Amino acid sequence: MAQGLLRFITAGSVDDGKSTLIGRLLYDSKTIFEDQLESIEQASNQRGTDGADLSLLTDGLRAEREQGITIDVAYRYFATPKRKFIIADAPGHIQYTRNMVTGASTADLAIILIDARAGLLEQTHRHSFIAHLLGIKHMVVCINKMDLVEWDEARYNEIVDLYRSFSSRLDIPDIRFIPISALAGDNVVDRSERMAWYDGPTLLNHLENVHVAADRNMQDCRFPVQYVVRPQTDEHRDFRGYAGRVAGGVFKVGDAVVALPSGMGSKVTSIAIGDKQMDMAFPPQSVVMTLADDIDLSRGDMLVRENNQPDSIQDLDARICWLGEQPMRPGIRFELHHTSREVKAVVKEVVYKLDINTLHRLEEDLSIGMNDIARVRIRTAAPLLVDDYRRNRATGSFILVDPGTRLTVAAGVLYT
Amino acid sequence: MSSDYNLSHLDELEAEGIYVLREVAAQFDRPAILFSGGKDSICVTHLARKAFAPARIPMPLVHIDTGHNFPETIQFRDDLVQELGVQLIVGSVQDLIDKGEVTEEKGFNASRNRIQTPALISTIEAHQFDACVGGARRDEEKARAKERFFSHRDDFSQWDPKNQRPELWDLYNGKHQPGEHFRVFPLNNWTELDIWNYILRENIAIPSLYFAHEREIIRREGQILANSAYLNLRPEEVPEKLQVRFRTLGDLTITGAVESDADSLEKIVAEVAAARKTERGGRMDDKRSQSAMEDRKKEGYF
Repeated sequence: MAQGLLRFITAGSVDDGKSTLIGRLLYDSKTIFEDQLESIEQASNQRGTDGADLSLLTDGLRAEREQGITIDVAYRYFATPKRKFIIADAPGHIQYTRNMVTGASTADLAIILIDARAGLLEQTHRHSFIAHLLGIKHMVVCINKMDLVEWDEARYNEIVDLYRSFSSRLDIPDIRFIPISALAGDNVVDRSERMAWYDGPTLLNHLENVHVAADRNMQDCRFPVQYVVRPQTDEHRDFRGYAGRVAGGVFKVGDAVVALPSGMGSKVTSIAIGDKQMDMAFPPQSVVMTLADDIDLSRGDMLVRENNQPDSIQDLDARICWLGEQPMRPGIRFELHHTSREVKAVVKEVVYKLDINTLHRLEEDLSIGMNDIARVRIRTAAPLLVDDYRRNRATGSFILVDPGTRLTVAAGVLYT
Repeated sequence: MSSDYNLSHLDELEAEGIYVLREVAAQFDRPAILFSGGKDSICVTHLARKAFAPARIPMPLVHIDTGHNFPETIQFRDDLVQELGVQLIVGSVQDLIDKGEVTEEKGFNASRNRIQTPALISTIEAHQFDACVGGARRDEEKARAKERFFSHRDDFSQWDPKNQRPELWDLYNGKHQPGEHFRVFPLNNWTELDIWNYILRENIAIPSLYFAHEREIIRREGQILANSAYLNLRPEEVPEKLQVRFRTLGDLTITGAVESDADSLEKIVAEVAAARKTERGGRMDDKRSQSAMEDRKKEGYF
């Protein structure tokens, strides 16, 4: 397991073959169990489809199987001797885009599927843009159903060129193209003999080797306090530990730290996971730290280093994806959740709405409905401790919660 | 330089689980851990111990007791509760049957699996739990593959899988209306093999039923079931002795055993790694239809 864990999302338009691709990955990596295969063969026979319909593996809800579509993200797991994988299989339909956003927010890599016959569709653009917006640094564009275009290299190159001209306007440092047939298995796990003109890696080979650990921020020390551990038992009468997940940088025992927002300084006296004492902590570890001094520090506060502090701001310039079923009502107060902090917030202004297909900024029609992406200005009731999302996903992201329905209505990222 | 800071996938899953448990303690007024005595809820409890050390786990363990338990499970539960110094709350299916609030299934495949749900819901209501942490994993079953970490339940404890809340990054939104609650799944991203590797690595105590042992069993519809007073035998079913172990632990009447000589954690890990059938392949409760799990989950099942 030299490479640890890779979390990736499969996205693309309806019928581009996402569920089939995942079925293929699981099947060819021998992750499908006998009883699962029997059960989907039985179900496929009942519906009169030829052979086992591999998409039945991921479409886990009754409504999905009835309609033959994916409504919500399904998570699948497989491992090769080199790596463990978590797949988020995202829905392709536009009305379920918010579920795709859910899957993309925790992914290190995105696979975008394109049907070789259909080429780039609106959802190809939308999903690529969302992957970019959510800071996914690695993308694999799979030109699928190559069997249906006679394994034609010219058609493949045409789609690659179209995609490149679109993606040149996105900030995704690592984009790779692979011609595949998820149904027949070409270039998924095994190399295709029918596309000898392609000399790159197979999809699985690429997934096994892509390097994502460097994407984590190991420079800027950020420790949002999640929970204060106070045993109040005879044995640990005066113990006061700060529990949280390291959001950036490396904390070491003995380090001088500053608590924000109070600005009080102290020193790290211990770092522990359970009863195991550690010398240091780094992302994404969950630890308990103790400090040399009794300072005011609780959930929502943050430990940082004196000479490297996040911005403290109350006026946010944010990109949001609207997830609520009801359109955004201007002037309404939201609860904004950022790291372990919750503050009241109001959207002051919609700067522009984005046309996903053209990436044009719409400045006339500023009504924001479900799945719209917009740039907005938000004012919070108290300062937030933020970093640029491109530098730190944990301290550069937030959600908006409707105070009435309590639902999550927007996902936001900050560019500072 | 960053290669010094690589975590193994088990370390990463552990960090995620601990984070989720702390969010539960921080966000909810009356959280609880649903404890079945099975390996997954034992792992959740182990993570909770780590998450809040050196303090005690700040929430009770809740056991929904079908009355058809393996005696080993109950003993194990009581020992663990004592060791952790946490409160144990038992929701009894038998009590609901005695009060006439639920009706038991009849027939050869009768099980109390389905009527666990009303017992769970009445326990949640009686104690006004606003978050119930469970050991369910997405890799277990295709409806569970759709679960969020914080999974919303309405005031009838129902799950609406077609309309789940978005869940972004690790910003879990536990806000809810009065009467509603959340089911929380810290082990969502773990596989069966991860669980066993973790139990081995952390040397976590588990009930003896998971290890190979000789037991009186009957064979039914391709399954091996432990013979017990709760099982209605068909005339042609003859109990026999066999070397078996259990891959999952549920109610005695529905939990299938597998033939095995894995009598140590190392052998179990090897057996699971080579397995060609899913762990729930032996669960009679899932066999009833393609949507058996989804339908039970919508009603409020674990």
